[in-house]
Amino acid sequence: MAGILIDKVAKSFGATSVLREVSLAIADGEFLTLLGPSGCGKSTLLRILAGLDVQTSGSLSIGDRVVDGVRPKSRDVAMVFQSYALYPHMTVAANMALPLRMRRLSSLQRLPMAGKFLPGTKAVTERIDEDVRRTAEALGIGHLLDRKPGQLSGGQRQRVAVGRAMVRQPAVFLMDEPLSNLDAKLRVQMRAEIKELHKRLGVTFVYVTHDQSEAMTMSDRVAVMLDGELLQVAPPQEIYADPTDRRVAEFIGSPKISILDGIVEETGIAMTAGTVFSIPKGIELGSQIGIGIRPEAFVLAEKHGPNTLTGSIKLVEHMGSDLFVHLDVLGSGAPIIARLLAERAQHIGEGQTLHLGVRPDRLLLFAADGMRIRPSSPTPDITANANVLPLKERVL
Amino acid sequence: MSLAASTTAAETGAIASNGARKALQRHRIAETFTAWSLAGPALVFLVTLFFLPVFAVFAIALTDWQFGASTLSFVGFSNFKEVFADEGFRASFVNTILYVVIVVPGTIILGLAIALLIESGKSMRTFYRAIHFLPFMATLTAMAIAWEALLHPTIGLINQTLVTLGIPTANWLRDEDTVLSVLAAIGIWQNLGYAMVLFLAGLKSIPQDLYDAADIDGADMWLDRLRTVTLPMLGPVTMFVFIVVALRAFETFDTVQVLTQGGPGHSSEMLLYTLYRESFQYLRTGYGSSVAVVFLIIVVALTLIQARVMDKKVHYQ
Amino acid sequence: MSTSEPRGLTVPAAITRHTVLLITGALILIPFVWMVSLSIKPPGEIFRASFSFWPQQFYGIENYTRALTEAPLPQYMLNGIIVCGSIVILQVIVCAPAAYALAKLDFPGKNLLFAMVLIALILPHEVLSLPLFILGYQIGILNTYGALIFPYIVSPFGIFLFRQFFKTIPDDVVHAARLDGLSELGIVWKIMVPMALPAIIAFGIFSVVGHWNSLFWPLIAVRDQNLMPPPLGIMAFKNEEAGNDYGPLMAASTIVVAPLIIAFLSAQKWFVEGLTGGAVK
Repeated sequence: MAGILIDKVAKSFGATSVLREVSLAIADGEFLTLLGPSGCGKSTLLRILAGLDVQTSGSLSIGDRVVDGVRPKSRDVAMVFQSYALYPHMTVAANMALPLRMRRLSSLQRLPMAGKFLPGTKAVTERIDEDVRRTAEALGIGHLLDRKPGQLSGGQRQRVAVGRAMVRQPAVFLMDEPLSNLDAKLRVQMRAEIKELHKRLGVTFVYVTHDQSEAMTMSDRVAVMLDGELLQVAPPQEIYADPTDRRVAEFIGSPKISILDGIVEETGIAMTAGTVFSIPKGIELGSQIGIGIRPEAFVLAEKHGPNTLTGSIKLVEHMGSDLFVHLDVLGSGAPIIARLLAERAQHIGEGQTLHLGVRPDRLLLFAADGMRIRPSSPTPDITANANVLPLKERVL
Repeated sequence: MSLAASTTAAETGAIASNGARKALQRHRIAETFTAWSLAGPALVFLVTLFFLPVFAVFAIALTDWQFGASTLSFVGFSNFKEVFADEGFRASFVNTILYVVIVVPGTIILGLAIALLIESGKSMRTFYRAIHFLPFMATLTAMAIAWEALLHPTIGLINQTLVTLGIPTANWLRDEDTVLSVLAAIGIWQNLGYAMVLFLAGLKSIPQDLYDAADIDGADMWLDRLRTVTLPMLGPVTMFVFIVVALRAFETFDTVQVLTQGGPGHSSEMLLYTLYRESFQYLRTGYGSSVAVVFLIIVVALTLIQARVMDKKVHYQ
Repeated sequence: MSTSEPRGLTVPAAITRHTVLLITGALILIPFVWMVSLSIKPPGEIFRASFSFWPQQFYGIENYTRALTEAPLPQYMLNGIIVCGSIVILQVIVCAPAAYALAKLDFPGKNLLFAMVLIALILPHEVLSLPLFILGYQIGILNTYGALIFPYIVSPFGIFLFRQFFKTIPDDVVHAARLDGLSELGIVWKIMVPMALPAIIAFGIFSVVGHWNSLFWPLIAVRDQNLMPPPLGIMAFKNEEAGNDYGPLMAASTIVVAPLIIAFLSAQKWFVEGLTGGAVK
């Protein structure tokens, strides 16, 4: 049983910095996902945790033990690789037995031929075989023990890789994009199985992926990484609903959040893309802010006005119960994407003009440096305010 | 009216499809004609320079035909009997096998060891690869002459060194006991760079993930990594190197011709040299062809084994 | 993903690696070094036992002059160039169209033709030497350049290698070329060969190195000194004139070996590819 403490771990390859002083505490038994686009440093962090790469600076503890300089073998971690990394010349049983053989047998006992006859080898080997069989049964691959990896399907190989990690009962499971080589259907199934496995084993899982649906569905907490930095660590729902950084808001969520660049015109009012939005007071006048709106925060509006975007429909994507509307709004840069209930938006067609309103409390505001601006006081709703008339005139 | 119209339509359809079929046929014939005219020269030369000669070798081996003679008669296997009864051929055969048995493992072990050493670090890889590969592409006839100078009983570097170290010397190329080993050493010297390059390619294709997995599984010491990942993953390459080097060793000719002429006695005679001498110096065509057939059988057998092995490589993907 | 960094060697391990490789490398190079060393020593120094690479009296000019004048060494080199050049050009001319037919066209007898190529690929050429010698005698070209060239006009390996490469070129390229009005032969030379240039170069190196170094067939095919390619020439030089006169002999050997070594060192990647690439594939 072990939690993990990552303290200001940095890694650079020559002049390129891959990890910038990442600090993170992972609780014992937690399922933590490192999420980020490729090249963000998440795999490097995992490899450093495993001991496969060595950090340039900073310190790591697993359990209560500092593991800097400790060999991967002695860290009590197991790892599942993206490519599964099964030994192609060994049977499934031999693949799964290897970590146990390396630990329980001395190097003399492991000698080919002669090792078998040394005292104790037989008993240990039998116990290993027993452990392997039990683990394999638990994963439903008991009947595959005599096969070689080349004869297995992708899903079966995946289970063998998990089995090889599981068999020695490590304190920490490390998983490096273990599902990305599977087809979509199998991926959803294995997602549930890994989550289930975590519940059953109750040990710490550190899971690396670039797929946000994996991160959102499986994790206790998600750590979003970008350019070697840890941007936010929080439970999945919070990551989505309450991002601390513009980049997190942009990375999480599909379709992507729309962020409009605006200027604080007056206290409590920001101007952008031909309209004005109610914002919390206390933001410096004249400052540049990003106004983020999740697709599902939009509602259909009758006419143009404050807190309402108007534009022409560029594309309508029917998704069954919902539809995604891509709206070209003058001054917004990229098209705005809204998610509307299909039954309320039957009349919508490409080329039409559409008004989309947003409740001010659903805006996600970001400062010029990308940090989230949180309301210190409740946002006054300017649509309900009578003396905003001059402002209305400014609305184009 | 309507009936007539429909008949016409059907006929038109039939004619159209008939026309299409004809066009297709014409297209096929054109493609066949093009293909054969493109492949024609190659085919003619393959037949005249490979297939007819092979049949000719068998024919000559089974008849009493002599070079320049206008008559021939079938003599069955009597040429082969003569060949196998000949002490010279038997010596040549045994020498060739012995030579292969020394050269193949020597080349593989040294080539693999050097490849492992080169791959274990990052610096000067290209330099080391170039040096060790050099003998493989240098003109062996010329290098054999350099070797002769090195092996010279009095002024050769090797004996000079041995004298300095107080080790007994030998007349390497004139001594029945040493000559074959010396030729084998030259064979290893020439081929190990080739094996090394093939092993380097094999090492490069081992996924890093497997070494990472071995690290985590606890196979992290040098020998364990070698045993768990490197050597098994090199299995197919090794088999391939084995066959290719064996084939090259069987075909050794230049060093024998330049350095020993098969001597002293028959002690360094090898199959290809025997084939050359009997066919072209003594003009014993029947004998020479029988040697050629024996040689052909060995080489083809080795190649077929190689093909089988390469097929089996599949499950290693 | 993460650029995985192979663990650096520890200092003692790195030192061991370099030490061992430098020693094996030095051992490998000894014949070359000794050859060059003898080629610049006067006879007196050669016959005086000595370990030094550099002679007390530099005799290189004399040795190399004798190598170049007493034996027709320039003629040997020229013969080598003519023969290897002719062979490689003929091989590409004959093999590329056949390889294209095998890779991109469909015709009756295709499988048979390919099987013939594969069978010819396994046949060791030396086995065919007697019938080829007789053939050369019958058509009266023994003891000419033609005798050195004709057995190699077609290379089964070349057909095989080109076919593999041509197969990787998409069919659409061929279709587009046909629509653009190219003839089939035009497609071979204007589309396929340029696109497969790496394979052609690799094969060219394979072919040239093989035939430049080859002794067996020239020994059979020519007697006239003026036709001898370098390996045969240098053997003749050794047997007839130089005997134990090591200086000029080593100078001649150095001159024969040098062109390929220089070419190899300046295009190492291509040579390694050419000489082993076919084997790996």
